[in-house]
Order: sequence, then structure tokens, then C-alpha cells
Amino acid sequence: MKIAVCVKQVPDSWAEKKMVNGILDRENVDAVLNDLDEYAVEEALRIAEAHGGNEEGGSNTITVISMGPERATEAVRKALSMGVNDAILVTDPQLAGADALATSAVLAAVIEKGGFDLVICGTESTDARMSVVPAMLAERLNAAQLTFASKVTVDPAAGKVSITRVTEAGVDEMHAQFPCVISVVEKINEPRYPSFKGIMAAKKKTIESRDLATVGVSAEAAWSLVADATPRPARATGIKVTDDGTGGEQLVAYLAEKKLI
Amino acid sequence: MSTVLMLADFVGTKATKTNAELATAGARIGEVTAVVLAPVGQGATYAAAINRGPIAKIIVVESDSFLANGVAAVADVLAQVIATESPAAVLIASHAFGKEVAARTAVKSGSGIITDAVDVSADITATQLVFGGSTTVHSKVSHGTPIITVRPNSVDADTTESTPAVETQSFSVSDASKKATVTSSQPPVQGGRPELTEANIVVSGGRGTNGDFSAVENFADVLGAAVGASRAATDAGWYPHSYQVGQTGKTVSPQLYVANGISGAIQHRAGMQTSKTIVVVNKDPEAPLFEIADFGVVGDLFAVLPKATEGIKAHKS
Ligand SMILES: Cc1cc2nc3c(=O)[nH]c(=O)nc-3n(C[C@H](O)[C@H](O)[C@H](O)COP(=O)(O)OP(=O)(O)OC[C@H]3O[C@@H](n4cnc5c(N)ncnc54)[C@H](O)[C@@H]3O)c2cc1C
Ligand SMILES: Nc1ncnc2c1ncn2[C@@H]1O[C@H](COP(=O)(O)O)[C@@H](O)[C@H]1O
Repeated sequence: MKIAVCVKQVPDSWAEKKMVNGILDRENVDAVLNDLDEYAVEEALRIAEAHGGNEEGGSNTITVISMGPERATEAVRKALSMGVNDAILVTDPQLAGADALATSAVLAAVIEKGGFDLVICGTESTDARMSVVPAMLAERLNAAQLTFASKVTVDPAAGKVSITRVTEAGVDEMHAQFPCVISVVEKINEPRYPSFKGIMAAKKKTIESRDLATVGVSAEAAWSLVADATPRPARATGIKVTDDGTGGEQLVAYLAEKKLI
Repeated sequence: MSTVLMLADFVGTKATKTNAELATAGARIGEVTAVVLAPVGQGATYAAAINRGPIAKIIVVESDSFLANGVAAVADVLAQVIATESPAAVLIASHAFGKEVAARTAVKSGSGIITDAVDVSADITATQLVFGGSTTVHSKVSHGTPIITVRPNSVDADTTESTPAVETQSFSVSDASKKATVTSSQPPVQGGRPELTEANIVVSGGRGTNGDFSAVENFADVLGAAVGASRAATDAGWYPHSYQVGQTGKTVSPQLYVANGISGAIQHRAGMQTSKTIVVVNKDPEAPLFEIADFGVVGDLFAVLPKATEGIKAHKS
């Protein structure tokens, strides 16, 4: 199987984020591998391991694909150290501020060129929080969409994938033939920590960089424009009481005063 | 006058409260047409449930593919309706399914997309709260037909009863949109409480409940509230996953959110930070959730909640 895993570098969840000229300031915050994408990497490794592994020259390869600035190399390297085979990073100044439509166009072009049986994504990037890139990829690649998976079963001989989809609308059982775009929820597995051996091996693995010209798409960065972004006033410091037996009553008094009951 | 399309929102066969919210936002822009996508033979029943808010017209399309093939089939037909109606904008409910439909529809129709809007104005500017609600953003789509997903419970809805004209149209679902097959669907267990994302009050419990949600549920019931849970509680199997609030659960922004025995991890905050009023009950005075609480009680939830429940009963009578 040829498996592509899409990973994104995002600002650390705890970092204070700011908008500069309508786009997220990514320069001045700590950046990490989107934690939901670690589950995608882990699931790709598990699928390969269940069907012969992803050793050099074996029957499965896993390629990590990412679009982002040069420093996204760090996030890509983390995925490599977990055990994937190689990586492609698309970096181009024209992609600064790219929205999901542009991102999915670039990723789809890279994936299409490489050929694939499965594309595995996280369900959401913790910065954009859109949960739309996997669906857009399925549409662009003319592949089956199996998203929000809490369980994935692959039958490589039959070219068949079955998933359990978990969303607020309930639980669905779904299946499709290769090629498929899968996104995984965080309940699916427990991502491994890169081993020392994995970290050393990752240093020798190839991260191929491409720009828009090599990818062969002319993507306009964004089809929606931010008119303004204003920090909201911080929440006023609230009231805090220590329960001395009257905490429940004080809570009710507060709700009554605020006309919430 | 221009037309605005809204994708009628159903959970299973039940029309949601979000429909009136989509219609209210849409009516600021133009005349609202609701697109009802129903299984074969059920178009009329589904359409009849779309009866609140300023909706001028309903277009019904029937196909069994909507259930059997999910997102891809719905987006396929919605894109065809957009092509024939040339609307000024398309509004869709912002949940996993709605966002994915919007995503594929945007690609198909060459349009820009905005997700998780909390408001949409007459000139089709969307308001979003980003970075955990710390920043307000106004944005506009610059290409094609603006496709905007609107977060449930955000727009103040006009719920006046309406009797829109119903028109049945037929569109076919292409084979390319039938690649994934849904073999079974289990709707979320609902119980008697309001739906989480629609509720005005949410009372939630975390690891601090130690698996006993009775105090949380009793307090929720006396307030007519929905019950939510932290991931620690859903992971432990104390509450079903569909009740999880947070980054990988539901995003709620009720008038009142009461968190009990929840520490306030960033992933939990991501789902509740935009609640109008936040109340926290936690026995650890250092719990980070107190930082964003309007009212906090440092104490044992098993002592505080029963008293508060009694207090509310007394207040009501
Ligand atoms: C990728 C990823 C996604 C995640 N997504 C989510 C998500 O969507 N939603 C979510 O909630 N979490 C999510 N998490 C988990 C999150 O990081 C926290 O682990 C989780 O929110 C903790 O739940 P908790 O607050 O109930 O438990 P804890 O952090 O253990 O806190 C329990 C609290 O209860 C208090 N307590 C104990 N006993 C009592 C008592 N008798 N009375 C009062 N207080 C008491 C304690 O003082 C403590 O503060 C995610 C994590 C990851 C890595
Ligand atoms: N720039 C990117 N590079 C690679 N993968 C991405 C990128 N942006 C999003 N993805 C993938 O799409 C998923 C959903 O992202 P989003 O739609 O932005 O919430 C992520 O979890 C990633 O797997």
C-alpha cells in the first residue's frame, strides 16, 4: 500500500495567538506538530504494521506531506521519527495565509503525482479548527471520503477500507474501495513516542522540498478575506467563594442576581 | 431580490432549532430558500418540519443516496441546486457533517468558504470568534458564492411560524459521489434533556465526578439544562462520547455553562470558552478553569450541587 499522511505544523495550543494584517502570526509563537495529526501518523503506522510493515523495499510505504513555512520541517521530522518512510514539504512565499481551499489544492496535487491508496489526515488543525481539508481532498482526488474515523480496518487484498465514523450526529459504519481519504479522531489510538533509534533514523530520512512551481498548481492563497480582527476584552475577573456549607446557596443567589434562573 | 439558500438541518428525521437561526441570518441578505434533502418518499414529511423562521420557499430533492453515501451525495446535489438558483450566499449548520458538506460544495462550485460563523450580516460579512474566543474576526468571501457555516445557538432566531411554498426538484447523484457506503447509522442517545449545542444552559461533569453523574444530572434537570462531559469522563466510559465538550467534542456557547470537577485543560476550554456566563465548581482552588469563571465555588461538587439544586427548587416555588 502507498499511504500518504497529511500533517500540519501549528502554533502550540497554549501559545497566545495574534492576527497581523488579517492572518495568523506564525512567526512569533512556538510551533508543534498538530497533535491530532499524530493520531493520523500512528494509524498509518499501525495499518502498515498489520500488513507487512513499512521496511525499505517492503510492500508498504508511508509518506508524510505537509504544506507550511520552512520551519515546519521540525514537525515533519517528528513524524519521521515516529517511523514513516519519507516526507514532502511544500513551502512557497505565495502560500502565506493560504486557506483550506488553497491548502487542499496543493496537497491534492502532490498526492496525485505520487499516487496513493490511502490518505490519512487528522480531523482538525488546532489553529484553523475547520475540519474541512480532508473532505476537500476527497473531492479533489475523486476518492472515497471516510472521515471522523474512530476505527479503521483495511483489507489490502480486496482494496477495501471499513471505518466507524463518530460525530455529534451519531455513529455510522462505512466502507469504500481504495483510494480513500480517511480522517481520524483522537479516540482511535495512542500515538507512540519517537524512540531514540527513531529520532536518529529520522535525521537520515529525506524531506523533499517543493515550491508551487514544482507542485504545478497556481493557487491563490485565500478565497475569503479578513476585514478586521479585534481582541475581545478579557473576561472580567469573576467572583470566587470557598464553600463553607453555603457555597450552593451563594451559587443560586448569583444565578438569580444575573437573572439566569 | 436575491435568493439565499440554506441547507435544512436534521438530526435523524428531526428538524433542528438551527433552521430558524439559518433562516434569520439568511433573511438579512435576501429571500430564503431552504433545501430539504430527504430519502425517497419522505420529502413532504421532511419539508413540513421546516416551518419556523423567515423561509420563503422550500426546494425538496429526494434520493436514498443522502443516507447511503453521506457527505459526498449531499454536496453533489447542493452544488447542482446552487448552479440553478445562483444564490447570493449559502448557509449551512456548523457541525461535522455541515462543515464537510460545505467543504465539498465549495470545491465543486469554485467558491470561498467560512466556517463557524457566529453571525452573518446583510452584506454577507461573517463574524467568527477565533483562538478560543479571544479574538473577533469579520471576514468576507471573495470568490464565487459565499458558503458559510453558522454555529448553532449563535444567531438570535425569529421563530415565527412560516408556510413556505414547497417545490420538488430532481437531481441525480453522480457515481463519483457514491464511493463511500454507509451500512448502518446509530443516532446519538438523546434522553429527555435538550440537545447540547442547542441548550441555553449546559451543566457538565469531569473526572471530579468519579463516575457518579447524579449530582450533575439533578442540577441540570432543575435548570432544564443539557448535560456535558470532559474527555476524562467520556474516556472513562462514564458518559457517552457524544456528550464530550471540547476541541474534539462539541463546541457549545450557552447563556450559562456550569463546569463541575473539570480542571480546565486547553482542549476543554476550546469547546466552552465562548459561553456567556461560566460557573465553576472545583475543590482545587488552583484549577485553571477558575481563570475564566464568572463565578467560582471552591468546594466538593457532591456538597455544593445538591444544595444548589435545593436552592433552585426553593427559588422557583
Ligand atoms: C488531542 C486531544 C484532544 C482532547 N480533546 C478534549 C476535548 O474535546 N474535551 C475535553 O474535555 N478534553 C479533551 N482533551 C483532554 C484534556 O487535555 C484533559 O485531559 C481533560 O479535559 C481533563 O478532564 P477533567 O478536567 O475532567 O479531568 P482532570 O484534569 O483530572 O480534572 C479533574 C478536576 O476535578 C476536580 N475534582 C476532583 N474531585 C472533585 C470533587 N469531589 N468536587 C469538585 N472537584 C473535584 C479536581 O480538582 C480537578 O481539577 C484532549 C486531549 C488531547 C491530547
Ligand atoms: N498545511 C497543511 N499541510 C498538511 N496537512 C494539512 C494542512 N492543513 C490541514 N491539513 C490536514 O487536514 C486536517 C484538517 O485540517 P483543517 O481542515 O485545517 O482543520 C489536519 O489534521 C491535517 O491532517
